[in-house]
Amino acid sequence: MTLQITTQVDARGLSCPMPIVKTAQAIKTIASGDLIEVLATDAGSVKDFAAWSRTTGNDLVEQSVDGSVYRFVLRRK
Amino acid sequence: MTLTTTPTELPIAPPADPLAQAIADVEGLPEPAPELATDQPVKTKELVIVNWSGELDKVWPVLILSSTAAASGVRCKVFVTFWGLLPFVKDQKRIVGDNWMQKMLTLMQRPGIDHLKLSKMNFLGMGPWMMGSLRKQYNVASPRELLEAANALGVEFIPCQMTMDMFGLKREDLIDEMGEPAGAATAIEIMTEADASLFI
Repeated sequence: MTLQITTQVDARGLSCPMPIVKTAQAIKTIASGDLIEVLATDAGSVKDFAAWSRTTGNDLVEQSVDGSVYRFVLRRK
Repeated sequence: MTLTTTPTELPIAPPADPLAQAIADVEGLPEPAPELATDQPVKTKELVIVNWSGELDKVWPVLILSSTAAASGVRCKVFVTFWGLLPFVKDQKRIVGDNWMQKMLTLMQRPGIDHLKLSKMNFLGMGPWMMGSLRKQYNVASPRELLEAANALGVEFIPCQMTMDMFGLKREDLIDEMGEPAGAATAIEIMTEADASLFI
């Protein structure tokens, strides 16, 4: 099954807390139920996106790592 | 005078009829509270930070935590007091205040978000310069970028009226995004209402 991504956030190279801040701003532009893809290189983002998903209720539907790039797919609440 | 004693009730009620007791138990149950219904919206979590120091190594975490809180859907209010107010003075202001003592404050501590000093290892500005250099090397957001993010995400900054009076700061000396000035009672109210509060 391929996920239908609505929008993307390229947070590669950015440090905490900017990947979260940029994702929070971007997710407001998509509709409830739509998906957002985030790319980040901040190693702390693995724990942070899980925590952010729990705090906000936006589902973390997929996460993977490719080399030093972390990929997160979230569904807007 | 004679003391008359009235028969006192036994401290422990005698065992009642089991059926009557069961009915009383059921009837005595409290009504289910309506706010416990699952379809009710959950109260938004709230974080309050008191930003007191005005130093780079304190203002930075205040801005990181407040912008992240707002990004996480947590309502965030920052009560800005004492030295903490100086970073929130407009860029174009250099020396503020009415009398010489107030002017001395901002003469010795340049106000504005780009002129923060370190609480330790300041070394006449060498410390902040090296910190800024490391920040760029590791692509960490600057206090200015974080302040812009915090404002965009709706963090509420509340300046302390008493400090403004004492430092000779006017509302128009502070950045436009600051909220209405308030006092200690407001700080106490928002802190006691919040789910977490920090003094940094």
